[in-house]
Amino acid sequence: MYKIAVLGDRDSVMGFKALGLDTFFVDNAEEARHALHKAAHEEYAIVYITEQMAQMISADIARYKTETTPAVILIPGKTGSLGIGAQALQSAIERAVGADIG
Amino acid sequence: MASKTINPTRMELNRLKGRLKTATRGHKLLKDKRDELMKQFLEIVRRNRELRAKVEKGLEQANAAFTVASALMSPEMLEQALLYPKQSVELDMKFKNIMSVNVPVYEFHTKNEDPAEIYPYGFAQTSGELDAALEALANVFNDMLELAEVEKTMQLLAADIEKTRRRVNALEYVMIPQFQQNIRYISMKLEENERGNITRLMKVKDMVLQEAHDFKQPANG
Repeated sequence: MYKIAVLGDRDSVMGFKALGLDTFFVDNAEEARHALHKAAHEEYAIVYITEQMAQMISADIARYKTETTPAVILIPGKTGSLGIGAQALQSAIERAVGADIG
Repeated sequence: MASKTINPTRMELNRLKGRLKTATRGHKLLKDKRDELMKQFLEIVRRNRELRAKVEKGLEQANAAFTVASALMSPEMLEQALLYPKQSVELDMKFKNIMSVNVPVYEFHTKNEDPAEIYPYGFAQTSGELDAALEALANVFNDMLELAEVEKTMQLLAADIEKTRRRVNALEYVMIPQFQQNIRYISMKLEENERGNITRLMKVKDMVLQEAHDFKQPANG
């Protein structure tokens, strides 16, 4: 049985707790990194992380791209979307196609 | 290219011909795999785009509602209201095989079937905006889950397509031309040896004949 984790600042992820997801409040890159790796080693199949946090630890997130678990998914935080999630999509396309197809 | 290091022997030639055959076959298969992966990938990308737009919009609404709720309630109250969730989610993960890439398929169930169970607090002390925020969040959650599935699939496929593409290119532009060149080199060398051998035999024959019969071959025979 797998679990779902949500990482981000308190205001952004608080609501997910009510839905029954495990939330981790992280306020800086160090905490976020720690929480991400911890979640990856435990039984978390999906880790949602706010874009605000993700942009600080993008190298750590990239590590899990080719692993089957966990799926690290970027979500917009309370300040709105930064477009990083969409950007990640674009870079995956670029990687597959070998060229930027716009 | 690598012709300096290979032996121009028949055995080597046969070996290279076999490898060329395998490489050509492998190239064709990998190319088919790449094309099919690409097809699936583009479909998934399209789905991913849709879902991401939907999820981001939904979360934005939920966040906006939360902001309102937190403005109306004190942080302590809000904290207290959400402290002990009544609902809990469990996730089942299966794998689906897309062209030998294992991609996850998620299936989740909530412990409490009642959709009203997402409100872990009494309604007396909390503002209605908090209910709205949680409802918005609950609505977007299904899409979030699908987004996770689709996005992970996309990442895994992208990695595999990259790998396959590299293999196809390596076969097409390096291995196969190299084999062809080496095969050409060996067969030329062998033919050259053959010709050298025939000339030598003719020469020897001339010498033997001359010695035995004092026979002279006509100049242009």
